[in-house]
Amino acid sequence: MSDPSNEGEAFVRARRGRNIAIAVGLVIFVVLVFFVTIARLGANAVAPF
Amino acid sequence: MAMSPALPTARTPARWQDFVQLLKPRVMSLVVFTALTGLICAGAKINPFLGAVAILCVTVGAGASASLNMWYDADIDAKMRRTRGRPVPAGRVQGADALALGIVLSLFSVMLMGMALNWLAAGLLAFTIVFYAVVYTMWLKRWTAQNIVIGGLAGALPPVIGWAAATGAAPLNAWLLCAIIFMWTPPHFWALSLYTSEDYEKAGVPMLPVVKGAAVTRRHILVYSLLFVPICLAPAATGLGGVAYLSVAALGGLVFLVLAWRVSVSRAGDRPDERQDDGLYDVKAGAKDARNLFAFSILYLTLLFATLLAEHLIGLPALKALI
Repeated sequence: MSDPSNEGEAFVRARRGRNIAIAVGLVIFVVLVFFVTIARLGANAVAPF
Repeated sequence: MAMSPALPTARTPARWQDFVQLLKPRVMSLVVFTALTGLICAGAKINPFLGAVAILCVTVGAGASASLNMWYDADIDAKMRRTRGRPVPAGRVQGADALALGIVLSLFSVMLMGMALNWLAAGLLAFTIVFYAVVYTMWLKRWTAQNIVIGGLAGALPPVIGWAAATGAAPLNAWLLCAIIFMWTPPHFWALSLYTSEDYEKAGVPMLPVVKGAAVTRRHILVYSLLFVPICLAPAATGLGGVAYLSVAALGGLVFLVLAWRVSVSRAGDRPDERQDDGLYDVKAGAKDARNLFAFSILYLTLLFATLLAEHLIGLPALKALI
């Protein structure tokens, strides 16, 4: 929840920056999990037991 | 275990860079280096992508514990010149946000390490985070002058985590790397605290010079250095380090001992004699020796790990092969 008294240009700019950083972090997380899954699946396919 | 006093609330809007600062990026870079050394020295064949993920997990885990540390220590940080500009005491980030970031990144790093590599490495990483954030930050740091001796274990574990990530095991050589950092920590931080003890005293942190005095600290530095240098030579005996490593460890160790001895006979950390007001008493004189040891300790540790890394990457001969 944002405090209306802080609603200035600097506040909006800082919030936009944080939102972009979170979005980038989430995308990296998804990509990371995808490739980790591929790598682990590949390893298990080569040596299943 | 005492709770940290009331946390300051944010006065200015937090930028994403402030959250990056919460992770102590400079400490993270050291952790990357030591964890990578453990991972490479393990000598196991590992998928390079998974190896990079392991290093990422250790790095993020280190950042998480730093964020938890900054949340809890905001009251101490606000009183010290070196740390008062950190995001929480400076009022740029709320304490609760630092806590949330620390918890989220801890869970992320441990779970990813477990799923991508193995659960031994994940367990060691979880232990390291809890040890630093709870045992060191919340307990040892405010309670005992031995805080950095015991707490140093958290900083010493990354090579073992790297080794465990690569092999699923933590053999003697991995723990030797851990022992080197563990024994390096006390002389390194005590040398620093000899010329920053006023800051610690103001904040009520029981660092050794504050509690026992500068003379005892200088003696402790020498004793720990005498124990530290032989441990640095040990990897050459176990086959972990080769000729290059032995040379660097022996020559650097000699310089380390000379610098530690110079600190022990100096006046580093002594208070000025208040009876003299003519400016003849040079309180800074000994601080130079402490600074020299502090600076060299960083160089020495870096050289030791860089040499090990180079030997294992290039494939230089081990000492045993030449005997």
